[in-house]
Amino acid sequence: MTLDKQSSITHTQPNYQRTLQRRNRLDRIVRNSFLIYSSLPILFAIIIFVALWMRAHPIFQVQSIIELLTGSTWRPLKGQFGFYPFIIGTIWVTIVALVFAVPVCIFTALYLSEYAGIWAQRLVKPILDLLAAIPSVVYGVWGILVIVPAVQKLAVPLFRPLAKYFPIFASKNPTGYSILAGGTVLAIMITPFIVSIAYEVLQTIPQGLRQASLALGTTRWQTIKFVVLPVSSSGIFASIVLGCSRALGETMAVLMVVGNVVQIPHSIFDSAYPLPALIANNYGEMMSIPLYDSALMAAALILMVMILILNVLSVLTLRHILNEPK
Amino acid sequence: MKWKARYIEEAIMKCIMIASFLIIIASLGWIIVTILIKGLPSISWAMLTQTPKGGYYLGKEGGVLNAIVGSLYLAGGGTFIAIFFAFPTALFLSVYVDNTRWVTVVRLSLDILWGIPSIVYGAFGFILMLMLGLRASLLGGIITLACLEFPIMTRAMDEVIRRIPHDLPLAAYALGSTRLETALYVITKQVIPGLLTAILLAFGRAIGDAASVLFTAGYTDRIPTSLLQPVASLPLAVFFQLATPYPEVQQRAYASALILTILVLGISILSRWISYRLDRYSIH
Repeated sequence: MTLDKQSSITHTQPNYQRTLQRRNRLDRIVRNSFLIYSSLPILFAIIIFVALWMRAHPIFQVQSIIELLTGSTWRPLKGQFGFYPFIIGTIWVTIVALVFAVPVCIFTALYLSEYAGIWAQRLVKPILDLLAAIPSVVYGVWGILVIVPAVQKLAVPLFRPLAKYFPIFASKNPTGYSILAGGTVLAIMITPFIVSIAYEVLQTIPQGLRQASLALGTTRWQTIKFVVLPVSSSGIFASIVLGCSRALGETMAVLMVVGNVVQIPHSIFDSAYPLPALIANNYGEMMSIPLYDSALMAAALILMVMILILNVLSVLTLRHILNEPK
Repeated sequence: MKWKARYIEEAIMKCIMIASFLIIIASLGWIIVTILIKGLPSISWAMLTQTPKGGYYLGKEGGVLNAIVGSLYLAGGGTFIAIFFAFPTALFLSVYVDNTRWVTVVRLSLDILWGIPSIVYGAFGFILMLMLGLRASLLGGIITLACLEFPIMTRAMDEVIRRIPHDLPLAAYALGSTRLETALYVITKQVIPGLLTAILLAFGRAIGDAASVLFTAGYTDRIPTSLLQPVASLPLAVFFQLATPYPEVQQRAYASALILTILVLGISILSRWISYRLDRYSIH
């Protein structure tokens, strides 16, 4: 028996050497191919940018970038492409969305992290997941069914007395398809992003800071006001910026409720025509009018650059905060 | 008197916070209830099992089977392709980390890709198809959705792989396994529930996305039989039916929206259930 075992060991020794070599070689091959794999995201980001740039290039040769960004006439048939109304429309809708979403989101994140019991924290995760999972077309349908009539029948009459003093509430638009409607729908769509990131940021604050403050006899709200918020302000700001970058690119839901009129809006009840809606609405005819396709690709490029700047800003800030050892 | 003021402030702020929390819950409920109320009356067996017949968009009979099947094809194909890129990338980031700076750069570019809106992916897919000489087709839609899903899936997978206990791979190395063996036999086995969740997350995102397939997949009343034919999708079915002036067709748009919502929420709940069920087989 013992003899048998010994012989088998001596027998497998060279085999083992060989398998070890093979395993190491395989490991090296995979490591190298994985290295190539890992450069994919970077390459991919660059390729998207370059592809858009190449297609948008013809329009930059006809009109300068400044002209494109500040021109306010949009007549594709005459070769006039001014993006100013679209950019302003995008910004208006995004600002309205942020005005609605930010207070609610920050207060919710504060509640979850500073007050709520474990049940609320358990409950909120699936709710945010579902809110993030609902397709934007469904948000659009809901917007048409609920928000647009509400704006038309409730918000416009409600704000009419104020319109005299604040032109931002003046209404010349008889339908409810407006910046306010688009902003409201958008506000709900960006909520899950802002809440979950702001909550994560608040979780990184050392418990000792809160305890020290509470030990001095402050109320919880005073702790939030004087300790939690100042410490987490940059992270919370980053979460808002990230939500803002999501809002800028949202297409279908906004497109369905915002009215899509090429104009420079002056009131939240005016219609607007955000950049993503412009691209989505005109893809059909863009190949039949000269320079139209490259104008739309330029619109996509402008949108992407706007979003990239905000996104990189917030991601870098958050990385710094969330990866710090607690 | 001073202590009183701050307790009142405390109470008011707490009320505001609870109200904010309730607003978020209520808006989710409001959306789902609205879609249910509007969609349920006009949902029928025919909606689910028939393709549009002649005059469907004028209110004649038919269903949205073309869009349901089309969406499943598109999202399924996109997810299938994305897995082959996302899984190795995510595995690499956690297993073969030699150069932390490189990993940071890769993660940053993933975050950037994740932030790019779907309409830009649509435009990019369109350019890609022009270069390849493709028409609006199932293939074009699948490629675009794969691009869209890649960062979503990779980030989600990376997240779960990063969360495994650090000594688990160390134990595997101590027993003499190479990194590849550790990655495949130890780490992958440990994170299977998380991987499935990541895949379903990306699938759900793809099925609900309209802006990217608008450019690239086209729309048709038939169920495609080849990769080069155009294909319908549920979000676009909702969008187009809603744009018609006929109330019957708009009713069907609500029903289609309901189908889409049930599909997406079902996937979300399924993934939660999977990770809950399978999680007990992994080491904590």
